[in-house]
Amino acid sequence: MASRGGASRRVPENDSTIAYVQADGLAVMKIVKHCHEESTTNMDIAQGALLGLVVENRLEITNCFPFPKQNDETMDEDEYQLAMMRRLRRVNVDHFHVGWYQSADVGNFLSLPLLESQFHYQTSIEESVVVIYDTQKSSRGFLTLKAYRLTPQAIEMYKEGEFTPEALLKLKVGYENLFTEVPFVIKNSALTNIMMSELAEMVPEEEGSKFLDLGTASVLEGQLRCLMDRVDELNQEAIKFNRYQQLVSRQQQDKHRYLQKRSQENAARAAKDEPPLPEEDITKLFRPHPVPPRLNPMIIAGQINTYSQAISQLCSQSLAKLYITQALQNAKETNANP
Amino acid sequence: MALNLHVRVHPVVLFQIVDAYERRNADSHRVIGTLLGNVDKGIVEVINCFCVPHKETVDQVEAELNYAMDVHDLNRRVNSNESIVGWWATGHEVTNHSSVIHEYYARECNNPVHVTLDTSLQGGRMGLKAYVCVSLGVPNGKQGCMFTSIPIDVTCYDPEVFGLQLCQKTIGAGGGRSRNVHPMLDLAQVSEAGSKMGVMLDQVLQYVEDVLSGKTQANNAVGRALLDLINSVPHMSNEQFSEMFNSNVKDLLMVITLSQLIKTQLQLNEKLTLLTSV
Repeated sequence: MASRGGASRRVPENDSTIAYVQADGLAVMKIVKHCHEESTTNMDIAQGALLGLVVENRLEITNCFPFPKQNDETMDEDEYQLAMMRRLRRVNVDHFHVGWYQSADVGNFLSLPLLESQFHYQTSIEESVVVIYDTQKSSRGFLTLKAYRLTPQAIEMYKEGEFTPEALLKLKVGYENLFTEVPFVIKNSALTNIMMSELAEMVPEEEGSKFLDLGTASVLEGQLRCLMDRVDELNQEAIKFNRYQQLVSRQQQDKHRYLQKRSQENAARAAKDEPPLPEEDITKLFRPHPVPPRLNPMIIAGQINTYSQAISQLCSQSLAKLYITQALQNAKETNANP
Repeated sequence: MALNLHVRVHPVVLFQIVDAYERRNADSHRVIGTLLGNVDKGIVEVINCFCVPHKETVDQVEAELNYAMDVHDLNRRVNSNESIVGWWATGHEVTNHSSVIHEYYARECNNPVHVTLDTSLQGGRMGLKAYVCVSLGVPNGKQGCMFTSIPIDVTCYDPEVFGLQLCQKTIGAGGGRSRNVHPMLDLAQVSEAGSKMGVMLDQVLQYVEDVLSGKTQANNAVGRALLDLINSVPHMSNEQFSEMFNSNVKDLLMVITLSQLIKTQLQLNEKLTLLTSV
């Protein structure tokens, strides 16, 4: 029972995994509202908790609540969460904490804090997911909600805490299988559907037409700029790694030369019937250099990957829009010159 | 007080009310809660709400006001610009108990509004109404209060509109059964918007034909709007258009190539670094 997300090529799924995430319209609208308000007022990342329950092989999200911003010191964060959940339980809302959500600008959500939080969540609650809401894209008209889970290998790797290349090779963890994407589905109850039919009459018709906006150049510029920053970072990390490798190879050569000299000396002494030089500890002479951790470059690589996917998607839909306009223009031309 | 109040409700509030009604205790017929938002120049904008547990009997009503205050404080830590603007209830009429509850809310805020959402579906519709309480009576005699309705409509942030449109796809044909809906890929949405626009254009064309053949009365306002529509399409000669089109297409194709190249390079990089075991 493999999840239908695209990135799970080599991951074997165990029985307790989630096949898809089902969210109520209420949770979706609340996430949209909170992330939108945060992005318009103070450009912070909006975070919150997801509540719901696990039914067979799907994770149902029935409600959610936002977290206060980090710099508020009056109440402890855990206390706030507990207080909220207790209050919600009084009104019969599901109080099982199944995950958390975060807003992201143009999909740049992959970072060390995110990995850590998701790791803690998944170790305490088996089926938890992180839902990412893309503020930029949604304001242009494409509601983007994606659910992610850490793969079992990523959890293993995090548990060990070692990010050397050998450890990563052993666990077969690369930037592609850090996260798997879980299919996201929205479901509404019958009464909500009735309410929405009423709503459809009350919401003005013109407001939902941003899909066909041709002016995507500025968005594309922003995305490309973020991509370039990340590529620069990755470049720095690659330089660091190369430098380390050069140091290590030079050290190997030095060691080799030293050993050779030693054996030559010993041979010369044996020829002169003198006692050989005492063996010295190689490692004390040539202290091994610390291996740079590969976690950061891996995260950056994963981020660049998501960026490039998002950019290709954006370009393809802009192309589609351009071709539509071309068709219209051709129709206009043929009508003008009969 | 000011009777020319106008209430604007966000969709989140309505979703929340319906959800609270569905989760009510088995013995209650009504659910009530607090409305949060802000008031500005006669327009009350309701942005959020939460449910308050309460018990109603024939002659008595109890609501847990401490709970309401607690949740309001908790909420204020996240959204500091939302304040209490009134309260909501499900059901299709305003009862005697409502005035008691309204009095409490009048202590919390200035001139609270009362919103009802008719979840019992009287008359086949889920009516949304808003009221304020107006005191009436003789100044030195018995005073009472009356709920008068005020206009209410729905307003949304932009992303909320898109979220709403996506959720509305669950309204399946055939008995209103709930269907599942995936957040769609970009291209599918563009094609859908395109076909929607096609449908709207067909309607406009049909109207023009009808007017020309005399079937419908010509309406000046509509005619002027149509004129605006035609004039808003930018006039471009064929060469200008194909120039713009080609340069844009070339840019986009180049960006696509570059991003695919980056992806391939990343994969190579990954393999290479893992291969070099030191």
